[in-house]
Amino acid sequence: MRAAPPAPDGNPPPVRARGLVKRYGVIVAVDHVDLNVATGDVYGYLGPNGAGKTTSLRMLLGLIRPDEGDVELFGRDPLIDGAKALDGVAGFVEAPRFYPYMTGRRNLDLLAAFDGSGATDRIDESLRVVDLDQRAGDKVGGYSHGMRQRLGIAAALLRAPRLLLLDEPATGLDPAGLRDMRSLIRRLAGEGITVMLSSHQLAEVEELCNRVAIIRKGRVAYEGDLAELKRSAAAEYRLRTTDDARAAAISRAQPGIFDVRPGDHELRLRAEESAIAMLSIALGEAGVGLKLLANEQATLEDVFFRLTEGDTAVEQAVA
Amino acid sequence: MKRPGTLTVYAWELRKLRAQKRTYLGLGIVTAVPLIFVISLGLRAGGPDDVAFGRYVHQSGLAIPLVILIFASAFLLPLATALVAGDIVAAEDHNGTLKTILTRSLDRGQVFAGKLLAALTYALVALLLMGTVATVAGSLESGFNGLVSLSGTHISAPKALELVYASFGIYLLPMLAIASIGVLLSTTTRNSAGAVVGTVMVVLMLNLLNIVPGLGGLHDYLLPNEFDAWMGFLRTPIDWSPIVRAAWVSAVYAVPCAFAAYVVFLRRDVTGG
Repeated sequence: MRAAPPAPDGNPPPVRARGLVKRYGVIVAVDHVDLNVATGDVYGYLGPNGAGKTTSLRMLLGLIRPDEGDVELFGRDPLIDGAKALDGVAGFVEAPRFYPYMTGRRNLDLLAAFDGSGATDRIDESLRVVDLDQRAGDKVGGYSHGMRQRLGIAAALLRAPRLLLLDEPATGLDPAGLRDMRSLIRRLAGEGITVMLSSHQLAEVEELCNRVAIIRKGRVAYEGDLAELKRSAAAEYRLRTTDDARAAAISRAQPGIFDVRPGDHELRLRAEESAIAMLSIALGEAGVGLKLLANEQATLEDVFFRLTEGDTAVEQAVA
Repeated sequence: MKRPGTLTVYAWELRKLRAQKRTYLGLGIVTAVPLIFVISLGLRAGGPDDVAFGRYVHQSGLAIPLVILIFASAFLLPLATALVAGDIVAAEDHNGTLKTILTRSLDRGQVFAGKLLAALTYALVALLLMGTVATVAGSLESGFNGLVSLSGTHISAPKALELVYASFGIYLLPMLAIASIGVLLSTTTRNSAGAVVGTVMVVLMLNLLNIVPGLGGLHDYLLPNEFDAWMGFLRTPIDWSPIVRAAWVSAVYAVPCAFAAYVVFLRRDVTGG
């Protein structure tokens, strides 16, 4: 496990969770989870359904009490400091919920009143950001799933958050909604908001996040930089050429190629997918004939599945 | 940072109640009953002679709210109170909106206090609405005339009106206890229908115990025994002992239930929605 780098200004990090445990009877939903989100991160909390992501997020927001461990948001514990611990924090767990018999704007009026501190003045802007200003007068009971998700983001923005906690924000969205939601999250992150989002979609996390935690059966199997995970997940290749010695030297000089070593009448190396094409070009330009270049091992997706489905070897490799 | 407080929650709870159909079901019932009663009085000469003030319903409209209070006290008003008190936390839990409001800038205690106050306010409004409709409709039907007290003395109409509302005020005390029971069930069961029905069942059980003979001094501590404590106001001079008793017996039910609901609300895991 790798701790989030300390904030440059010395302030406590947006999220610091230590040893979180939540049991439901004999089932351990969350099992000694540590999470570290640093200022400016877009942090993906990745895992299959039922892995414990939502339970973890509920504990972060103080909605449920951990059986063990503690949470700090910007240095404050929600169970000790109450609502003050949520200053600068916003988001939703599972689908955002609103009062269906009230309009979207009326729901935001209520939530802004519960936020205080000028939140009411941010209602119009929040509705515009999520492109709901034209439908704000409609009752939420008539909203589509995507509109409710967007209203959930608008409700979060009322709090002028420094940290956004979003639980599966893309769930149930159509492709256009998915694109808009990702674009919105990217934009908010660009404005300096730290984002922690849970997801079971690798592509989403890969597209948006710089750091990830991968959770499996309530335990964090990996936490760290996404780039590092990708590196560790680089696929293994078998390479046979007309001149393996030169090929080895060329391979070692290529970016994205790692761990070049001799095999049984061939070379074995690990490489990012994008580096393979460049390697074949470089070999050709150097006059080294290519006999075989075969993918042997995991993609990032494979690593995710192995981490989340329990492959001890992979866990050790990324630990 | 300017933070919201309990009054903000309370004001929005009232707005939410105004926006829900369920609210008007209870208020509709407590409005309809006195109207039906007055219409039925207009259609026949007799009255409910076997209850206090029943024989005066054709002489004074001010007797009518008191007679209706006697009829409505055991079930109707507790039902109206339970409709909102049993729903006020459980419905939010079930719909997932509890997590929405508990992740804003309010402490749980403030949210709970606002909800409890709203449930108590609804009980007050239901009672006042029924009393006012009964008083106005009764006065239109039988005249705004003085009353004969339970001690046989004549009370002027303005004084009788004052005593009618004071009586409703005393009847409110056990209603507040019932509202607290409803909020406790609403908080613990997380099931709106179960909490509403449960509250009504508790009242029915207490009513039943109240008429079961042989329970000795237990009757003195049963909430339904306090439903007619207001009659102390209609004696000359005013008999304060049932009124004082209603106050503390109601408190014996209301305070522990409200406190237990508060503790449960503070510590509970919010998993709904």
